[in-house]
Amino acid sequence: MDLVEILTLILVAITFAIYVGIGIWARVRDTKNFYVAGNDIPAAANGAAIAADWMSGASFISMAGLIAFLGYDGTVYLMGWTGGYVLLALLLAPYLRKFGRYTVPDFIGDRYYSNGARAVAAIATIFISLTYVAGQMKGVGIVFSRFLQVDLIFGVLIGMVIVAFFAVLGGMKGITWSQVVQYTVLIIAYLIPAIAISLKLTGNPIPFLGLTFSDVARNLSEAQIAVGLTEYLRPFQNMSGLNVFAVTAALMVGTAGLPHVIIRFYTVRSVRAARWSAVWALIFIALLYTTAPALGVFAKHNLLQTLDNKPIEEAQEIGWVDKWANVELLKLEDKNGDGVLQFSENEIGIDRDIIVLATPEVADLSPFVIALVAAGGLAAALSTAAGLLLAMSSAVSHDIYYRILRPDASEKQRLAAGRITIFFAIVVAGYLGINPPGFVGEVVAFAFGLAAASLFPAILLGIFDKRMNREGAIWGILTGLIFTATMILLMRSPQIFGTESAAIDSFLGINAQGIGIVGMILNFIVSFIVSRSTKEPPQEIQQLVEDIRIPKGVGEASDH
Amino acid sequence: MSDQSQRQREYWKKNIGLIRNLLIVWFLVSYVPAIFFAEPLYNVPFFKLPLSFWFAQQGSILVFIVLIYIYAKQMDKLDEEYDVQEVQLTDKRGG
Repeated sequence: MDLVEILTLILVAITFAIYVGIGIWARVRDTKNFYVAGNDIPAAANGAAIAADWMSGASFISMAGLIAFLGYDGTVYLMGWTGGYVLLALLLAPYLRKFGRYTVPDFIGDRYYSNGARAVAAIATIFISLTYVAGQMKGVGIVFSRFLQVDLIFGVLIGMVIVAFFAVLGGMKGITWSQVVQYTVLIIAYLIPAIAISLKLTGNPIPFLGLTFSDVARNLSEAQIAVGLTEYLRPFQNMSGLNVFAVTAALMVGTAGLPHVIIRFYTVRSVRAARWSAVWALIFIALLYTTAPALGVFAKHNLLQTLDNKPIEEAQEIGWVDKWANVELLKLEDKNGDGVLQFSENEIGIDRDIIVLATPEVADLSPFVIALVAAGGLAAALSTAAGLLLAMSSAVSHDIYYRILRPDASEKQRLAAGRITIFFAIVVAGYLGINPPGFVGEVVAFAFGLAAASLFPAILLGIFDKRMNREGAIWGILTGLIFTATMILLMRSPQIFGTESAAIDSFLGINAQGIGIVGMILNFIVSFIVSRSTKEPPQEIQQLVEDIRIPKGVGEASDH
Repeated sequence: MSDQSQRQREYWKKNIGLIRNLLIVWFLVSYVPAIFFAEPLYNVPFFKLPLSFWFAQQGSILVFIVLIYIYAKQMDKLDEEYDVQEVQLTDKRGG
């Protein structure tokens, strides 16, 4: 073991010990603490928890690299994944908190006075969260295997045990407080290398200022043209304008409809706290999201400068080049045999994950920082996994088991059901992390598309359209779900069914990632038409809608 | 129509107005400069970056924070004006 590995091991052990400690400290005895942390989380802490919940292992490790490869068009992730919080904060969060139950299907089932709607929402929640969580567990395994050279399976198992500890024991309360710690770890781990590389290249310690006030981005843009890559700063080089629009919109609306994010707003003390926790959440998220594009530019510029036109033997002597070439994140091959590496000849293959993972070494930072990046990646993956697991298990144990199948279950039985389902969810997630179905990466589009096309319109109309009734909502959700799922299956048929080519390329030019926005529009149209041609919702439901619009008289979350 | 429900209606109307205004700004700082006018604004410099690029990868996010902040702040005021703030919960009741 070298110094970096020892330091990584120590840091990972310390952070894990903290998460386990929080699980023991926060262990809960009733369902209200288990599902919504007793409505006792301060706004700023909830903001940090939302940020950790939201920023996954993939956000942490891959996003800067993804943007570095998409250039301008990487904005779909930047605007898409932050703009959704504006919708969430203005249109959903305060009212859902006022409604004050435990889950998203809870709201849909009660507002549309229908267990059918509840079941559909519960199934959508489970499906959305499941596609997402498999990637998180795999991320945990990857960090372990890359930084500590342990087996991927062993890494996933360790991750499962840790999550089980704070999620099964502490429920939402344990998850929330460990997410606060995990946010702190991940943001420090992200910012230190970014600040260092910004200082090195621009002389400005604040990465996003370095990006705006230095020539690095322009130089990169020109260097990219010179080696035959797309012009970095120019729009729509990698995606059509229509797709940039559709994907941004689908990710925004999908973000606002993701159950594991929405349920975080149930945990705060009041409607006011729900509004303010959205402010905190976006501040915490923006710290990473405004840094990522700067990091992408700096790291890519650095890679181009260091490697292009360098004799291959010289390049291979650089420590980090050798290390990352070993794990195949960097591929150097002198194809034309002139002894010199050229980007323009495709002699340098860069995996996007290297942008974040290799930056500390590229910027000559101490081994301690490299170890910190490993702990940060783990914190990001574990915190998101925990939030998803709770969303999934509450849909099973609260909505399906208690609200639909066994309304007479005692408090004790329900808490046990919650713990058992979260345990099972962890096992399933772990299994999927070890044996990922080939298409996991491909179907993340599913999570956002389905959230955008099913849950978001149903919740929004439930609050803002008093006339919306059961028939309208159910038909709307079904239309959105079926349309979006069918389109994604057809467009991604090679990855999902193994067909030779995609059954259809796009829908009117819109790709699989952006199709959710079309599903959402269809949902709105069908909901409107059906609701206006069927009878209005019962009086007590209209009263319920009046009630959630006014903060006064907010109660604690109640179970029925 | 009772006086109270009249005031609640007014409160809701003001809330909707505020949301509408903020969402207009939300649209104006994201979709408009970064997508619809991305090409023309590419030629307009913002310090060392093209203006459309700055909005696409930096500016829009910063404005989003400000929008949510304004909403939380204004709603605090509105809640107070219409006396619809929640009472501080003191006792903790079980589920």
